[in-house]
Amino acid sequence: MTDVIADGAPAGRHKGSLLAQDTRTKKRNAAEARFKIYGLFAICLGLLALVWLVTSIISNGAGAFQQTFVTLDVTLAEERLDKNGNRDPDDLRKVSTFGYAPLIAEAMEAKMTETGIAVEGLSAKDAAALVSKESPAQLRNFVLANPDQIGETVTFEFLAGGRIDGYLKGRVSMESAVRDSNVSPEQLMLTDAFVEAGVVEKRFNWLFLTAPDASGQRPEAAGLGVAIIGSFYMMLVVLVLALPIGVAASIYLEEFAPKNRVTDIIEVNISNLAAVPSIVFGILGLAIFINFAGLPQSAPIVGGLVLTLMTLPTIIIATRASLKSVPPSIREAALGVGASKMQTVFHHVLPLAAPGILTGTIIGLAQALGETAPLLLIGMVAFVREFPDGPPEGLFDPASALPVQVFNWTQRSDPAFVERASGAIIVLLIFLLIMNAVAIMLRRRFERRW
Amino acid sequence: MSFMKLTASTLAIAAVSATAAAARDNVQIAGSSTVLPYATIVAEAFGENFDFPTPVVESGGSSAGLKRFCEGVGPNTIDIANSSRPIREGEVAACAEAGVTDIIEVRIGYDGIVFASDIDGNSFEYTPEHWYKALAAEHFIDGELVPNTLTNWSEVDPSLPDQQIAAFIPGTKHGTREVFEEKVILAGCEQGGFFQAMLDAGVDEDTAEEKCMAIRTDGVSVDIDGDYTETLARIDSNKDGIGVFGLAFYENNTDKLQVATMSDVVPTTETISSGEYPVSRPLYFYIKKAHIGVIPGLKEFAEFFVSDEIAGPDGPLAAYGLVSDPELGDTQAGVMNEDTMNSAM
Repeated sequence: MTDVIADGAPAGRHKGSLLAQDTRTKKRNAAEARFKIYGLFAICLGLLALVWLVTSIISNGAGAFQQTFVTLDVTLAEERLDKNGNRDPDDLRKVSTFGYAPLIAEAMEAKMTETGIAVEGLSAKDAAALVSKESPAQLRNFVLANPDQIGETVTFEFLAGGRIDGYLKGRVSMESAVRDSNVSPEQLMLTDAFVEAGVVEKRFNWLFLTAPDASGQRPEAAGLGVAIIGSFYMMLVVLVLALPIGVAASIYLEEFAPKNRVTDIIEVNISNLAAVPSIVFGILGLAIFINFAGLPQSAPIVGGLVLTLMTLPTIIIATRASLKSVPPSIREAALGVGASKMQTVFHHVLPLAAPGILTGTIIGLAQALGETAPLLLIGMVAFVREFPDGPPEGLFDPASALPVQVFNWTQRSDPAFVERASGAIIVLLIFLLIMNAVAIMLRRRFERRW
Repeated sequence: MSFMKLTASTLAIAAVSATAAAARDNVQIAGSSTVLPYATIVAEAFGENFDFPTPVVESGGSSAGLKRFCEGVGPNTIDIANSSRPIREGEVAACAEAGVTDIIEVRIGYDGIVFASDIDGNSFEYTPEHWYKALAAEHFIDGELVPNTLTNWSEVDPSLPDQQIAAFIPGTKHGTREVFEEKVILAGCEQGGFFQAMLDAGVDEDTAEEKCMAIRTDGVSVDIDGDYTETLARIDSNKDGIGVFGLAFYENNTDKLQVATMSDVVPTTETISSGEYPVSRPLYFYIKKAHIGVIPGLKEFAEFFVSDEIAGPDGPLAAYGLVSDPELGDTQAGVMNEDTMNSAM
């Protein structure tokens, strides 16, 4: 055999230099270069899609964090609000929001006279329509809370109507107002004059994060408050239930369970469950938690339970993987110095696996946070305006959720809700980014490699 | 020990849930996505003006809402079902089977169905016959059914502009589809004499009706299973598109859409309420009488909904696009007396 090598290249193999590439090498190198280009192309395509998505969401949604306000001095006329003059709360309550609307119209007229602004062809009713339909309610709540202010003139900051807000954000223009039956160019002229006079101004909109949802007539008043609380409650339920159950199940399966047919079947099923479409869990939740257990509809507790079922497989798989990655030598050493099996697991294996478990849990939670489909069936895809109470009772009150709010707003007819929906997506994305960043940080900080 | 603990905690959860279920203090509403905006407007105003909490309003479609309505009586079932069509006999029977026997039907007003296209495009003056000709799957010509091959509005009728037919109509899960088929396609089939021609050719009435209402599936007409926002997006990307919208949706988007006339009538709340504009339908909600007195605020909400200041011609619902019911007074009396469907019939 050695003489073959000594003879140089074997027969049948073409001769060539290492320095000059022959055709075959060229072909192989070309294939490699091509493959690199494919890969690069795929990544660029992905990046392009991401950039497109993010820019479209941000350009649509950034406006939601800005809001136009109108400052007016409202005279809380006693003859309108408290005819008997006795400040009896029951009597005050009888005046509905419809009774408060004229006060705003009067305040608007007063403001126009005060600033000397007059727009030809603008009726008093249209001028009053500059402020949101939410304003009478704002006024009424103030009067009910401060009956002693009746008869006084109080300065209020009202939300501007959706179209006026849109005008200052560039969504509505003079040309579109001509065709738009909900706003007139005269109203926009008044807005321009008011902006100069400092009556109307645009600034950061905390209400978007704190206010509850509003109906289709008041896009400017719609906020994410209830949705954020609802999502938070659900995450709380998922964390409290899924983490202990998931970790206990994984520890048992990984450390204690005998390896036999039954555990094999369980293992396969957990992997399968992780791939089950989430809507299936919604159907299950409706059947078990609402129809059978009698839990209330639209409640975060039911949403949390359903999402727990959905995240459990994710958490179990992640936990088992991180338990598996703890080297057997650790267990053997613990057992060797006389620790019981349980002591081994809880004193040595679990702490070492903890970063992995936490990462898995946070990723599971992030997945649950963005889920809408299962909530559809348990009544959480709803218009909810009441804030739920504090936990634990609040878990049973109706609430909405962040992705649900996005879904709801995209269906509304007023174009201002497009901006709101994109704004809600931004908030949701920020939450997801924070959660994933925490997961990465935990892993970097505490993970040990063997 | 652990089994005992498990049982105890299960019982505890059950007990908590039982008290929570019994203590529901908000009205729960589900159903038609057409009624949804009106219901949310009323719910919002109700929450502002009364001491009761704001009702929770879910969407999901008329059929889905009525199905949930008929699941039974109790705090974990909904109190009100919104519907864009009258309840069907089968649904009443299903309700009765589950113990929901006393149902109060409330008609809140009318909804106009309009045809709208891109604001910068051609304007259209339709008749139902145009729509039948454009969208029927098969035409009845000379005694036999031939597949519809028209692709341009000017082929349908020379008076229409030279523009490709691209119709975006509501999908079959929507209540609007039913109205569209009945009041536009079938009406067009009858007006054009095609229905009579089929009958004369010996086709029986049911089959003829079915043939009239069969919509072509060759891509000229696209079913939209989502909401009107999806239809609007489709028209935005296909400027030749004509979409079917609710009047309220159109009124909120008059800067992007132009509306087509139907038989020379422009759809407005006035022409719909007078009956001149042919394509409209009543909107309803249904109340579970057994829940009145159990769920706080239920009756007050229903009365508030149909009150003059809300559902009347100058109320916020009309401002949003609802065509108010000329017989609102009767409805108000019906709600006040809690007239159920059985007693009314």
